[in-house]
Formats: sequence, structure tokens, C-alpha cells
Amino acid sequence: MSSADARTESLSTGTAEVTTVVSTAIPPPRRRSETLYFAFRNRKLVIGLSVVLAFLVLAIVGPWLADADPFEFGYPTGQPPSSEHWLGTTGAGQDVFAQFVYGLRASFVVGAVAGCVAALIAMAIGFVSGYRGGVIDDVLSMFTNVVLVIPTLAVLIIVAAYLSVGSLLAEAVLIGVTSWPWAARAIRAQTFSLAARDFVNLARLSGQGTVRVITKEIAPNMSSYLLLAFILLFGGSILIAATLDFLGLGPSQVMSLGLMLNTAVSNAALQLGYWWWFIPPGLAITAIVGGLYVMNVGLDEVFNPKLRET
Amino acid sequence: MSLSVDNLRVYYRTLRGDVRALDGATFKVADGEIMGLAGESGCGKTTLGKSLIRLDGRMRLVEGTVELDGVKLPLDDTRAMDEFRFRKVSIVPQYAMSALNPIRKIGRMISELLASRGVSYDETLPELRRRLGLVGLEDEVLDRYPIELSGGMKQRVVMVLSTLLDPSLLIADELTSALDVSTQRAVAEMLVEFRDRGFVRSTIVITHDLSILFQIADTILIMYAGKLMEKGPAALVVDDPLHPYTRLLVGSLPEVGVRYEERRLTGIPGRPPVLLDPPPGCRFRDRCPLASAKCTDEPPMVELVPGRHVACWEAAA
Amino acid sequence: MLELTDVTKVFKTGTFGGGALTAVSGVTLSIEPGEVVSLIGESGSGKTTIGRMILRLTDLTSGSITFDGSDVTRLEGRALHDYYAKVQGVFQDPFSSFNPVFKVDRVFEMIRGNYLRDLPPDAWNARLRSSLEAVALEPGEILGKFPHQLSGGQLQRVLIARALLLEIRYLVADEIISMLDASTRVDVLNLLGDLKARGLGILFVTHDLSLGNYISDRTMILRRGRVVETGVTAKVFGNPVHPYTRTLVASVPQLHKTWHELDRELQDAPLAKVGAAPGDGLVEVEDGHFVALAQEEATTT
Repeated sequence: MSSADARTESLSTGTAEVTTVVSTAIPPPRRRSETLYFAFRNRKLVIGLSVVLAFLVLAIVGPWLADADPFEFGYPTGQPPSSEHWLGTTGAGQDVFAQFVYGLRASFVVGAVAGCVAALIAMAIGFVSGYRGGVIDDVLSMFTNVVLVIPTLAVLIIVAAYLSVGSLLAEAVLIGVTSWPWAARAIRAQTFSLAARDFVNLARLSGQGTVRVITKEIAPNMSSYLLLAFILLFGGSILIAATLDFLGLGPSQVMSLGLMLNTAVSNAALQLGYWWWFIPPGLAITAIVGGLYVMNVGLDEVFNPKLRET
Repeated sequence: MSLSVDNLRVYYRTLRGDVRALDGATFKVADGEIMGLAGESGCGKTTLGKSLIRLDGRMRLVEGTVELDGVKLPLDDTRAMDEFRFRKVSIVPQYAMSALNPIRKIGRMISELLASRGVSYDETLPELRRRLGLVGLEDEVLDRYPIELSGGMKQRVVMVLSTLLDPSLLIADELTSALDVSTQRAVAEMLVEFRDRGFVRSTIVITHDLSILFQIADTILIMYAGKLMEKGPAALVVDDPLHPYTRLLVGSLPEVGVRYEERRLTGIPGRPPVLLDPPPGCRFRDRCPLASAKCTDEPPMVELVPGRHVACWEAAA
Repeated sequence: MLELTDVTKVFKTGTFGGGALTAVSGVTLSIEPGEVVSLIGESGSGKTTIGRMILRLTDLTSGSITFDGSDVTRLEGRALHDYYAKVQGVFQDPFSSFNPVFKVDRVFEMIRGNYLRDLPPDAWNARLRSSLEAVALEPGEILGKFPHQLSGGQLQRVLIARALLLEIRYLVADEIISMLDASTRVDVLNLLGDLKARGLGILFVTHDLSLGNYISDRTMILRRGRVVETGVTAKVFGNPVHPYTRTLVASVPQLHKTWHELDRELQDAPLAKVGAAPGDGLVEVEDGHFVALAQEEATTT
């Protein structure tokens, strides 16, 4: 993540060499409007965000639109999409659209919760490690590296198999506590470079304590970076959750996109040609996670003037 | 005449309009002349230096022509300028020594650069070695990584590299500001030596440090807020400045030998004008102790005495 | 008096701290109230590290720092808090010294929140105003502004005003004007002179000999962490003895004298006789002028 160092470095100094002339010469435009201006003109950001928002709206509104319960049986089996069942029915007679929108909702919830858990752990460890340095950093880094090296998916599979994850929340927390290491390392690296800045020294000289320095001096100057990291954690968690659910290791009482895929595959939907059963969930996962990553790249360009194509 | 610049205007495009960073530069640099381009931050000297070799994304050539050895430089055509870059016009950019690729050995980097210009590394190698030796670097330098060299050594490598094809014009942008005092002198003197040996024909040395220019430049051109203020022989510009800005600037520089208790120096109060929509007339008007009503008309650059140009109504009076 | 005695700083380098880098080695210096001491050196001389050690931003490896007699070498917590009310610092890059997301007022608010909380609003405003006056700034021109809206010179003055709020006794000024424009440098420099007249003791860290010569009473030349020459400024620059000092003086580009003229002058200046004192201490050249024994080190460029 060392290129990220350079990116946020130039982000914090704010202006590329070219614009030194500009910034000494003109009263600077209001920061926020400039960022928004570039944000709306960035194609990647707009496209990515639109895709994600579209699915999010569907996830929120969908369950109201679907008059069926996702687990409810009794509909005609294996029906292709029609006006009654917008996405058709499963091989066992369940409404696919209902499953789809509830599944979307589950994905977003898992992504958000796992993302938050991972982000909080990563920030706590990353900030302290980067700011304090020394022995504390050595210990925390060692710990981070150990967790990083553990094959996450294998561990999750084993843990999920033994603990039989019952709820969405439990699954989310489990994912959250195993996916933070890369973010912690990235935050630590950024914190190192920020902690060497004079305004941090000045805060120390003004009697500010460690916590105040981290929350008031360091974190605000990394806010865009933290946002980018959170989006990546969010997307990554959705992907991991879908994998676990697909393997049958997620909560079985909660409809999720991965569970749909699991059921579809184990009931030979591919061979039977029930494309409306497995394509929507697969497509949704790809689109949402892909959209998040594309959005991220776009956001990076918005925040960092040097990456913009003028 | 080696370099002839006529009414060069280069502006920066921004969301709020054009910043008139370089607003009408006209001057000549003779064959074998080392011209110092001095001024404070925001005066346009780096813009001028850059526009002579490569206009970057935000810069816009508004007006003006530049002729080098009688040939007009196609400044706003990046492709066409490629013919001239490195061969006829070369630059040692600011922070060049920190911009060396850390994972390339010096020799490899040079060969890649030469290859991109269609020059054979093997053919140039004997001359390269000779020049490295002249500046006190051994052949082994080519096998080293940048991190193994000191700041002074890197600066010398960059200088040799930039002048390898004997350009007609060398632009040195803040060559010595990142260096220690003891290295500064060696590097500055090297610039003169390159000129004396014919590696470079004309040189433009861009810096904020007037004292370096006093040591090595033949002439000094003072810039302020995008405009040229004064040009003349280095010693005269420093010892007997004609323009009020130059006078105040020279007067604000501490020197070894002058102490606070003996002679308190004064700076120039105020700040340079905003170049987004600059005020009409002389740009130094607001801070000038000699300003009068006629300064609302922009003073032209006049040659008061052969070789000494000044853009000021008071000085010309 | 702020006194450093035989201060050494060794940095650990490499993985698991296997290597060592000696940044400062056996430096002894003192600052009295009302005097400016210049610490002059090139990069790698250890001058910034010394400033940081005085400000307790870096720990010492060995040696001691005393402030009016009491040992401040390992201060922490409450004692460190009180120390900062008497000793403050200003750094090189004015734009880096301000948190870009906040207005510049914040640096004052931080001081108020941590040190002057009991001060009633009127008294606070009066103190703020007098600090700003001392640095020749109008409250209207800087309060409520963001750092990028002000110039480097104004920002440095804001930082000095911040330090003055606390009625400090000593100020560490680390290359505070090297990033300022020529026309504003001298104003900040003169400000240091005014503060000196008010009784402040200032450690002026710089690489620029002309600045040191202009403003300081005593000068210390550092090279690779060691003191090379020290003493009353006029004597150190008027009669440089150590080869390194002479190289420095010869390399400074001056505004009215060429390097050649300077070389000739230095050649004619006699090298003062340095007594062959054993051990590594400083030898007195003349009253108030000391030099370290010259070592046969070629100054590589």
C-alpha cells in the first residue's frame, strides 16, 4: 500500500507542483465545492455509485414490493419470469424475486456490519501502532501479521462449520474480525507519515494527549483514505459472505444471495436451465462488488488532484 | 543571438479562470551567456523555465514566440517539441536528484533515456565516461543505485545527463537549493565549467537566491508577479539596482558581516498581487515606495544604458 | 539557563534495531535568557535532533538537559506539561505546522484549553491581542482564516505568537525562515531580535551562515553530530579556525564578494595556533572562541 502513502501525501499537501503558482496566486476556491465538482464529473465514480445505489434501493424497497415470503413454498415449481413472479420460481416452488430482494438486503447488512467491525479494529490497531511506534508497534504489527497470514477463508469455514452460525450478525462479526489486517497495515503506514508532520509535533507541544492527537490531528487528515478503505472492506465482506453462504456455512434461516446460489446449484438449476434462479444473485454480487471497487478508483481520482486526467 | 523570447504569455487554466503566471516576457540570451532568472515564489520564473521546454497539462500558451538559433520553437505542440528536447533544449528540473528511479542503476537509466531519444548508449558511453570523470565521478557510478550516491553526486549525474547531447539551451531550475552549502559551490561552479567547455551554449539559471547568481551568472533577470522588472549584468544588478523592487530585495538579504545591531535590514511589506485578475499597470505598485499616479500605466521595458533594461517609470525618469 | 551537557543520540536502524546511527555525539551547549545562540550545520549534522531533544520530542541516549538547574531529560506527564509552558518551538515548514482541516485560531485554542483555561474571556482576549501585536499581526487579518489563506511569513508569526501566549523563557527556532520568501525573511528574523531584547533565550537552528551571523550572539558549528567550533559569533566568523568552518565560510555565496575573492581572503587569514591538548574536548582559540581538534577528514562533495 505504499503507493497509497504517496497518494495521501499529495492529498494532504493538497496541490500538485503545477498549482503552487495557482495556490499562491489566487484565493483558494471553497474546498467542498471543488471536490463535489470533480466528483460529479468523474465517470467511474458516477457509474459505480449508480450501480450500487440501484441495488441498495432495490434492497430497501424490494421486500415491500415482493408479496411473497422468500422461504414460502407452494408456488408452481421452475417457472420462468412472469408477471406474477417477476423472477420466476425455484425448483421447489419459492418466489425467486422475494429471495433476491431479501438476499440483497442481507448482503448489504453483512457488508455494512462486517465493514464497520473490521474498520474499527483496523483503525484502533493502525493508529496506535503508527503513532506510538516502538515496542507497542512491534507487538501490534506482529499480531497483525499473524492474523494476516492466517488463511481467512479456511478459518472462517472451520469456525462456521463448528459454531453453526445462526444469525446474520454473527456471520458479519466473524468476517469483520478476520478481514481487518490489510487495512490496519495501510492505516499504520499513513499514520507514520502523518505523525512526522509538524502539526502533530505542535499538538504535542501544546499539551495534547495521544487520543486527542489521533482523533483530532491524524484521523481528519486521512478521512478520504479511511473512506476508501471502508468501501474496500465493505465490498470484500460482501464477497466473503457470499462465499460462505454458497458453501452452506452461512445462517440457513436467513435468505442471502450466496444461499440462493447454493440452493440453485445443489438442485441442478444449471442443468435444468433455470437461469432466473442463479443468474440474478450471481450478477448482483458481481455488480455490487465491482461497482464498489470502480467507485473507489473514481473517488481516489477525485481526492487526489494528481491522478485526474485534465 | 542564441535564444530570443518575444512577448511570451503563458497562463494556467483553473476553475476560476486563467491565472496569468507569465504575462509578457521579452528578452534575449546570447551564445555562451549564463542568465540568472531570479524572483520570489509566484513570480513566474518556473513557469518561464518550463514553458521553454514543455507545457504541462494546465499551462496554456496564449501568445508569444521563442526562437532558438534562429528556429522557432513549437512550444504548444508537444510532439513537435520532442525533436528539440534533450538535443537542443535541456532542463535540470527542481528536485531532479530525488526523482531518479530508485530501482534502476544509473547506467541503465541513462541507456533507457538515450534509447527513447534514438541515441545509442554504447556510442555515447566513452563521452559519458569522460564527462563523469570531469565532474569528479568515477565510472562505477553507472553501476550504482541512486540511494548509494550522496546528494551532490546525484546532482552531478543529473547535470551530466542533461547536457550529454550538448544542448544549445540548458534550463537549470533551483539547481542548488536542496544541497548543502559546501556542495552548492561545487555544483554552481560546475555549471560555469560546462559552459566554458562548450557542453552547453546558453544557460538559464532559475533560483530565488541572488547571491548564487552574483557568483556565477553573467546577467540577471528579475521577475515579479509574472512580469520582467530588470535585466542587466549580474554585478551591476546587485551592486547598483535600478528597479525599486530589486533595490528592496537586495536590501533585505542578510550577509556574512552584517549584524542586526549594526544595520537592521528591512523586508518588503505586503504581498504580490493575485494573478487571477491582476490590477492594471505596474504589478509592484502596491508595495513600491516610489509609486505614483503614472504607475497605473504599465511601464515598458527600456534599455537605459546599453545592456541594462528596466521596467519602471521612476527608474527611466 | 537552559543547559545541555554531553548529550548523545543514537538512532536504531534496520530490522529489529540492529544497526545504529549516531546523530548527536557529546554536545554541550547553553542558552541564557536574552541571547540568541545559533546552531549551524548542514544536513546530517544533528542540529534538528538537538532541537527536538530540547523540546522532548525525542529521547536522549545519554547526557542531560537542565532547565534552570532542574533536570528535564526524561520528563513526562504533568512535569512535561509544565515544561512546555516555559519552552516552546517553531519549525521549518509553516504550512506543515498547521492542521489543514482547521482554522489557524485552533493553535491558540489548544494552548488556551491546555494551559489557560482559568483565564476569563477578557483576559484571554487581551493576552491574545498582545501576543499578536508583539509579532506585528492584526487580529483581523489572521483570525478565522485557514492556513492556506495566509502566507508563509504570516503563519510563522502566528506560531511565534502562539509560543508567546505562554510567557515562555526559551524558544527553539528550527530553520524557521528557510521556506519563506526573501522579502519576508528578514522581518521574521528581526522579530527574533525584538524577542531577544525582551529577555527570551532563543536557539536558532539553521544551515545558513549569513542568518546566523546576522542575529545570533553565540554560534555553534556542528558536523556529523559533533561540535566543531563555537563561541561569540563575530569571532567564529571573523576568524574561522577549523577547516570545516573555513570550508563553510568559503562556500557561502555572498552578494558582493565572489568566491575567488573570499578564497584569497581566507588564505591570507592566519590559522590561529591551536594548543595540542589531548583528549577530545574543545580548545580555546581566543577569549570566547573554542574549536574542536581538527581531524584529517576530507570534506567529500
